[in-house]
Amino acid sequence: MVADPEANEKRAREPSEAVSEAVGERTSGERDPKAERMTFEWDGIRTGFVTCLPVAFGVAGYGVAFGVLANQAGLSVAEAALMSATVLAGASQIIAVELWAEPLPVAAIVFTTFAVNLRYSLMGAALQPWFRRLSPSRIYGSLFFMADENWALTMRDLKAGSGRGAFLLGSGIAMWVFWVGATVLGVLAGESVGDPTQYGFDFILAAVFVALAAELWEGHSTLVPWVVALGTSVVAADLLPGRWYILLGGLAAALVEVIRHDR
Amino acid sequence: MIDNALSLDPLVVGVILAMAAVTVLTKVGGIWVVRRIELSDRLEAGLNVLPGAIVIAVLGPELAAGGPAEWGAAGLVLVVMWRTENILLALVAGVAAVVAFRALI
Repeated sequence: MVADPEANEKRAREPSEAVSEAVGERTSGERDPKAERMTFEWDGIRTGFVTCLPVAFGVAGYGVAFGVLANQAGLSVAEAALMSATVLAGASQIIAVELWAEPLPVAAIVFTTFAVNLRYSLMGAALQPWFRRLSPSRIYGSLFFMADENWALTMRDLKAGSGRGAFLLGSGIAMWVFWVGATVLGVLAGESVGDPTQYGFDFILAAVFVALAAELWEGHSTLVPWVVALGTSVVAADLLPGRWYILLGGLAAALVEVIRHDR
Repeated sequence: MIDNALSLDPLVVGVILAMAAVTVLTKVGGIWVVRRIELSDRLEAGLNVLPGAIVIAVLGPELAAGGPAEWGAAGLVLVVMWRTENILLALVAGVAAVVAFRALI
């Protein structure tokens, strides 16, 4: 994202035109005629919620997996549910319970969570052309509910010119309900499982991350940073105590990408 | 077990709330910063690879510590994801496969 105001203007104009066409009637009474026609209404929340339902159901698979892993890590139902309800960021939560140990590596958990979720800054920034006309409380309130899946749905909806400013909130609420519900299910299921290796439950984390990797793969451009991450993490896991290899692998890949940017 | 289910350890709650705080920071931070500080393309490219790289960094040592059963099951998860893009199906297939492979190998 560029901070140049002109570039921002240019980006904003496109959606603005499409949006005013789509919802011109409904919002014709808004104060600033030059403003983008963005609504923030019950209709947007409902549309976002309904559109996101099947996706949220799929994501519930991760939620159950997270619950099982949280149970293995020793978290109670209440603690796992609290984490899902307040953090609401799947990959970082799964990594966090993977880091869980006695005594708690607090700094590693919090710092890794931050690093894993840094991508949300870029995703949030991408919403700026549409969200600029919404009040700060609506913007920041909606962004709390932003996860990868409903962000993607929201971008698709806004790019189509719907002008539904509340779509992110509505789709996020669907994610939240399924995520928290699935977490509770997962912890309870994990509780009654006993020895996890017997049912292959110890493999869930690896399976979840293979699936995540399949979704995050963006073609050839992904290859170099991933090879760097793989090499660094495998070597670091051998040499260093704890789970610092995760962060080292991620940072090494980002560093290499920054260096070779001009290729 | 029911007693434990609702237990909230103060330290655990503290860590969870700290996780929530830094996550909210990442979610709202980008839009807050975007009109105030110029983020170079270079830096953006670095941030862009972070999620995938971290997933690989978790996965690498995890799979390296496993054996043929885990590698085979991981391959199956990958194939199911490519074919169906169904997370739940991929996870179920992977877990079932690892149980089967461990019994066979």
